[in-house]
Amino acid sequence: MTLTDRINQAARRLPAWPIYIVGVLLPVWLFWQAASGALGVDPIKALEDRLGLWGLKLIVAGLCVTPLRRFAGVNLIKYRRSLGLLAFLYIVLHFLTWLLLDLGLRWEQALGDIIKRPYITVGMVGLLAMVPLALTSNDRAVRWLGSARWQKLQKLAYLVALSGGVHFLWLVKAWPVEPFLYLGAILGLLAVRMIPKRFRLAA
Amino acid sequence: MPTKFIPDLNWSDVTPKAVFLNRRQLIAGAAALSVAGPAVAKLDYVKSDYSTDEEPNDISDIRGYNNFYEFGTGKEEPSVNAQKLTVDPWSVKIDGMVDKPGDYDLADILSGVTLEERIYRLRCVEAWSMVVPWIGFPLADLLNRIGVQPSAKFVAFETLVRPEEMIGQRYPILDWPYREGLRLDEAMHPLTILATGLYGEEMPKQNGAPIRLVVPWKYGFKSIKSIVRISLTDQMPETTWNMQNPREYGFYSNVNPTVDHPRWSQASERRIGGGLFGGRQDTLMFNGYEEHVAGLYAGQDLTKDY
Ligand code: HEM
Repeated sequence: MTLTDRINQAARRLPAWPIYIVGVLLPVWLFWQAASGALGVDPIKALEDRLGLWGLKLIVAGLCVTPLRRFAGVNLIKYRRSLGLLAFLYIVLHFLTWLLLDLGLRWEQALGDIIKRPYITVGMVGLLAMVPLALTSNDRAVRWLGSARWQKLQKLAYLVALSGGVHFLWLVKAWPVEPFLYLGAILGLLAVRMIPKRFRLAA
Repeated sequence: MPTKFIPDLNWSDVTPKAVFLNRRQLIAGAAALSVAGPAVAKLDYVKSDYSTDEEPNDISDIRGYNNFYEFGTGKEEPSVNAQKLTVDPWSVKIDGMVDKPGDYDLADILSGVTLEERIYRLRCVEAWSMVVPWIGFPLADLLNRIGVQPSAKFVAFETLVRPEEMIGQRYPILDWPYREGLRLDEAMHPLTILATGLYGEEMPKQNGAPIRLVVPWKYGFKSIKSIVRISLTDQMPETTWNMQNPREYGFYSNVNPTVDHPRWSQASERRIGGGLFGGRQDTLMFNGYEEHVAGLYAGQDLTKDY
């Protein structure tokens, strides 16, 4: 049995719900660590950064699902919704950490930053683009929209990923490698989607 | 290794002055503060009226949260990676428009110097802040001893380059060596100090041992660490962050809540140590040192000279 077969077989047996459990526990754990000093002397920034980075990781993971199926025959599609929803949760918490804990509800500065600071603006675009995706992430919405239109709406995920990757690169000082790696991965994962159908694995 | 050249500079000629010192001449030394930490030499120092009465940050904050890209870009990395740095022997090249240029041993620079405790606010350009009880002496004292020639207008500083011990320097994240500079009047200002310690003890390596600059009314990156060169010049020197991104980091980089960094607001700051619910406080003009330093910039447009 090939590795692909083995992964697919395991995926058939393993349900998606444990992902939600672990995924929801992580921010609880992060928050507890931040409150108890385990994340260092600047817990607000640490929490903000960790939530943003986990959100971005989940977004990238979600983008891997389709290429893995097309080019490697690995089918993890049943986990994709949980990845997306958790990414949304983390980015909402990331945003709330910024607004409530970091800015302490200084509305004027918050609005000013959203409008004037490109990296915040881009992050906001990413967050807002996730809202329709989260709202239509249930079977009822898929039926209501019809599969074709729902599929089309899912393309918003590309905008989310690009916004997230650009946001990360834009906020750093100097030139650390990490944000380049993320943005590179995102661009790569979007580019492989443009490879013509005839090069794909037969389903 | 630079050949050590000590010119005929007679340190006993030095006139220890600094009028403000006389006001509260109490040797605090070991008695005043008992701080947890590794056993390092306690320094003898006197208190200064330039100190703020704000509560200093915990020593663990000051030692554990550093921007010192020579030892990594993460805030906690320098506290680990800097421990390899050899800080003894240490010499500082002083050159350019000075009467007595040379490679000075750190001990010579410090001999005859009265160390003072200066409890200063530190405001990082990233919009966080701390209060640090530095131990140091006015940069002006050193410059006066070395003799600044009348043609000099600026002071340029450089940090050590030693990639074997400074792992951040193995990557071109910045154009090494780290460089900083001050206008001569800024350098001669009594608030501007060279610091060799904090919390009554020798400078921790991650904080810029063995000798660093502290300019409390400017963003933290101006206060260059682990200095090996001080040059007097008549040209505005190149400075690292300005070279990296001139639009975001000006030569002056005075703390100014009304001039935003292009990517974030400078109106408020997060005081380190405030915990998860500490929120923010307003940033003060010149980091609260306005009455002392505003005069230096009379007639300058600070939105242009940012
Ligand atoms: C798709 C949406 C978003 C993604 C994927 C995302 C991701 C990230 C990542 C990866 C970081 C850096 C973490 C690190 O340095 O380790 C970050 C930092 C940050 N993000 Fe976001 N973010 C998003 C949306 C937003 C929004 C909507 C806001 C606020 C309106 C925001 C505000 C911030 C702030 C303030 C920082 C910290 C900047 C600093 O380090 O000073 N982000 N984000």
